[in-house]
Amino acid sequence: MKFTLSWLKDHLDTSASLADIRRMLDQIGLEVEGIEDPSEKLGLFTIARVLEAKQHPQADRLRVLQVEIEPGKPSVEVVCGAPNARAGLVGVFAPLGAYIPGTGITLEKKPVRGVVSNGMMLSEREMELSEDHAGIVDLDAKMADSVGKRYVDVLGLSDPVIEIKLTPNRPDCTGVRGVARDLAAAGLGVLNPQKSLVAVEGTFDCPVEIKLEFPGGDTTACPCFAGRYIKGIKNGPAPAWLQARLKAIGQKPINAVVDVTNYISVDQGRPLHVYDADKLVGAIRARLSKTGESFLGLNGKTYTTDDAMCVIADDRAVLGFGGILGGEDTGSTETTTNILIECAYFDPVRTAATGRKAGVQTDARYRFERGVDPAYIEPGLDLATRMMLDVAGGQPSKRKIAGEPPVKPFTVDFEFGRVEKLMGIRITDAEIRRTLEALGFLIEGSGPKFKVTAPSWRPDIHGPADLVEEVARIAGLESIPSAPLPRLTGGVTRATLTEGQRRVRRARRSLAARGFVEAVTWSFIKQNEAEHFGGGAEALQLANPISSEMTTMRPGLLPGLLAAVQRNHNRGFGDISLFEVGQAYRGDGEKDQMMAAAGVRAGATGLGGSGRHWDGAAQSAGVFDVKADAVALLAALGIDTSKAQITRDAPAWYHPGRSGTLRLGPKVVLAHFGEIHPATLKLMDVPGTAAAFEVFLDALPRDKRKSRAKPPLAASDLLPVTRDFAFVVEKGVAAGDVVKAAQGADKTLISSVSVFDVFEGSSLGPGQKSLAIEVTLSPAEKTLTDEEIDAVSQKVISEVKRTTGGEIRG
Amino acid sequence: MSGTDLSAIESELVTDISAASDLAAIEAVRISALGRKGRVPELMSRLGKMPAEERKSFGAAVNQLRDRVTAALETRKAALEGEAMAQRLASERADVTLPVRPGPVAEGRIHPISQVFDEIAEIFADMGFAIAEGPDIETDDLNFTKLNIPPEHPARQMHDTFYLKSPERIAKGEAPMLLRTHTSPVQVRTMLSQKPPIRIIVPGRVYRMDSDATHTPMFHQIEGLVIDESTHFGHLKWCLEEFCKAFFEVDEVRMRFRASHFPFTEPSAEVDVGAEAIGKPGKWLEILGCGMVHPKVIEMCGLDPEKYQGWAFGMGLDRIAMLKYGIPDLRDMFNADLRWLRHYGFSSLDVPTLAGGMSS
Repeated sequence: MKFTLSWLKDHLDTSASLADIRRMLDQIGLEVEGIEDPSEKLGLFTIARVLEAKQHPQADRLRVLQVEIEPGKPSVEVVCGAPNARAGLVGVFAPLGAYIPGTGITLEKKPVRGVVSNGMMLSEREMELSEDHAGIVDLDAKMADSVGKRYVDVLGLSDPVIEIKLTPNRPDCTGVRGVARDLAAAGLGVLNPQKSLVAVEGTFDCPVEIKLEFPGGDTTACPCFAGRYIKGIKNGPAPAWLQARLKAIGQKPINAVVDVTNYISVDQGRPLHVYDADKLVGAIRARLSKTGESFLGLNGKTYTTDDAMCVIADDRAVLGFGGILGGEDTGSTETTTNILIECAYFDPVRTAATGRKAGVQTDARYRFERGVDPAYIEPGLDLATRMMLDVAGGQPSKRKIAGEPPVKPFTVDFEFGRVEKLMGIRITDAEIRRTLEALGFLIEGSGPKFKVTAPSWRPDIHGPADLVEEVARIAGLESIPSAPLPRLTGGVTRATLTEGQRRVRRARRSLAARGFVEAVTWSFIKQNEAEHFGGGAEALQLANPISSEMTTMRPGLLPGLLAAVQRNHNRGFGDISLFEVGQAYRGDGEKDQMMAAAGVRAGATGLGGSGRHWDGAAQSAGVFDVKADAVALLAALGIDTSKAQITRDAPAWYHPGRSGTLRLGPKVVLAHFGEIHPATLKLMDVPGTAAAFEVFLDALPRDKRKSRAKPPLAASDLLPVTRDFAFVVEKGVAAGDVVKAAQGADKTLISSVSVFDVFEGSSLGPGQKSLAIEVTLSPAEKTLTDEEIDAVSQKVISEVKRTTGGEIRG
Repeated sequence: MSGTDLSAIESELVTDISAASDLAAIEAVRISALGRKGRVPELMSRLGKMPAEERKSFGAAVNQLRDRVTAALETRKAALEGEAMAQRLASERADVTLPVRPGPVAEGRIHPISQVFDEIAEIFADMGFAIAEGPDIETDDLNFTKLNIPPEHPARQMHDTFYLKSPERIAKGEAPMLLRTHTSPVQVRTMLSQKPPIRIIVPGRVYRMDSDATHTPMFHQIEGLVIDESTHFGHLKWCLEEFCKAFFEVDEVRMRFRASHFPFTEPSAEVDVGAEAIGKPGKWLEILGCGMVHPKVIEMCGLDPEKYQGWAFGMGLDRIAMLKYGIPDLRDMFNADLRWLRHYGFSSLDVPTLAGGMSS
């Protein structure tokens, strides 16, 4: 919504400065998008008169002008290429050093084909006033009196243009009148009374029939269509003041009657339309379209309509969208002599839907979709008639009105105390009353519950909270004192995070502490990638994706991380450790969303660092790097991984032989880890190798500790004893099973078992490997004798043999 | 045996000691002098054959000789040990200019969004706000209807909201699921499941069909909700002022509350912060929207709007992270460019705390 300061002052008697107006507009919810003062860019340009225009000695298309730039002072020489440059022309002069907004050039003193030009005569385009560049500005000869004065002052262009960003609830402020009313209520001046109109009384009936054609009689789409016929107009350019107003806010003058409609639209927030009555066939009506009808809009585009759209049609065809856009074929032109003015009410919801569907935004839609004042249909029609008679003459018909204005007065029961209860500020009853009345509300009753009726131009008022808002915004939210929020617990703040939230936080910092860099990748990925990683169900596909890269909700975090690896590879980074902690989607139900922590190590990177180094290059990240990551993460989250089982059934995107799954029992999957399958790398276009892990945070068992106290430390004074064993087992035997068997040999004495060597060699025989373990015995009561140690050792050997077939190496 | 003989032996031994050039040689001298069959014990063995009066003085002389030889040996040995150590140390010299690996703690990074979220959670925890979360895939009802956003509202259109195909739901005549366009459905979920007083903040991913320099189809919001029987706009102002001071780590902050409009709050306001908070005096930065929860929303969430009232606010997590930490482009947040992450990311040790400060 754009208007000029002087336009605002038509409605608001104020001496407030522009800065104060701007501050107040912001305060009361009419956010100022910008204020443009044309005098800033045009201030150097002055009125000048061409005294003499001679042919340029060396250029056919140029003339050398003698220009009077100050009365009585010697003229200056200016070179000009405009075809209309002639002696006697009064135009606009730009001095040397001036910046020309239309061309972006600052004038310098330099010869043009040998003749020095001491300035420039400007076209409208060069001043960014219009697209007109056919010639230099050619003002009325009477303007010669103003030679030397600033162009913006003489033409009244030094009028700041204010643009406000209207929220969708304020149709009243789509007109300058409404803006002025708000400012007046806020104390920034006095709202002038509406200009009184010389009543328009038609002398004959409107010859065009107006109908509301809605089968079943549901006229919600267009409950009221008022019209008036004016015959014998003389349509031409609108008067200069009207054109100037429209130009100032960036609208292009069309012709007198159309300019009147545009003026009233901005002035009163009341859109209108004018038809060339001679081009109408039969009756005019508002109706719902039939699917497949079409019309050529005033904007030169053809629109196909459907049965949800409200259109205006005559007997022959659809003419335009109701409340959005008129038709080219029935529009008025400079040769139009008989017109029909349309002043109607169109349903906001349908108008918005139609406009969106058709992809057309207009000043009319902007107003109708917010909801124009239903009580201003007849006054709007009369104002339009009056102004059109003033600018184009003619004889008006009587009004013709189909339907009823949908005026539904809305009354709210309102206790003034509500303001203080909701806003925490005491505003006197008198001030509340004054504010509401200044905004047009009607207050009845004696309280404490008043009946407050909203003005017809405020369809956004639905209840007491809306009235509180009116009072508060006019008083200014700034004036509301801050009040400390009382503490809920009274004392020291308690922890607020849930266990899951704590784990997410801890997971991030644990992984970052292992050298991983955190990424945040998109929740939606490519369909084929989602499928590859076990997702891609139709229920998780977007109906309206923004690109083919982002079609499907991710089943896990690895696709996004691998894609990130690939992008970084393209930037020259091959050795990368990235992680993400975030949501993945197994279905579209709320329980189907899960939190996961995943990391990828690509290239030569590990806990110690990445890439080559004089002290030893990092190895390609492999299954044991990421197993360590997963185990360390689980440990950081309080999970005792020694109780977890490791199975060899990681999903298909992992290397089948170099991956595993960490489980608690048969059902709970804590994590997958392993090297990424070469086929997956190929799909994701990742060069080299990569290994990854995924930890399922929601699957982790809850912390069952009842007390924060730790159990007593069971440290014996007796020295632990270690014994080494080497077993030859079949290659397929899992080291974990050998360890478990050894541990099981004596659960009280054996405190730990570690694997310190794995060896495969032909000396062991085909299909065999050697596993060397260190068993630590921790006696609790007395030092072990050699016999006791031997006995445990024998149990270790026999237990390993029994469960894995391993033979002790001699 | 005369004193002269003793001094000859002593000078001989002292010469040997001085001549010993390494620890092995000194040990050999020690054995030859003091060892079981060495020169000094040999002298002592003569004592038994001496007359008593001679024995006494000779014994004393030999003892003195032994003491001096022992001392000379110790001195020489210490000197040789010193030399040996100096030699070893010289041979162990390292090129200390060789670079070392920085180590995982130095290399790892926390994403700015996570960091800023932790900061915010810390601040609001002190004001008693718990963290509530909800699913990204939401129903039309919770994302729109219960927040007083009518079916015809532009936000509900396909060009603003991502919808899922939801074939089964559509087959049953239900509305398709959508990606939440704000974190506000979690307000609804909380009010539906919890009795007031309610104090929550809600962080999370949200989705809108925007893509340009300042919009991405996915971004992060954080919003707050307070519901009880008397909390009012003054509390909202205080809470946001305190938040801004704590978050931007300044003692004073200029704030401007401008009336605005949102379907789910009434009255509503947009809030600007004086940009001096981020070291750019003069300008206003729009950082959040807020307001008193609309009575219709309270009612639709199963609470009595005559009894309960409250307020809510919402802001872009990414946006305030960008403001605080001078991050120029929103799109980079989701690009996982290592260079960017290393530059704008945080150490795992930078844990925001009230005691230690938000940023360290």
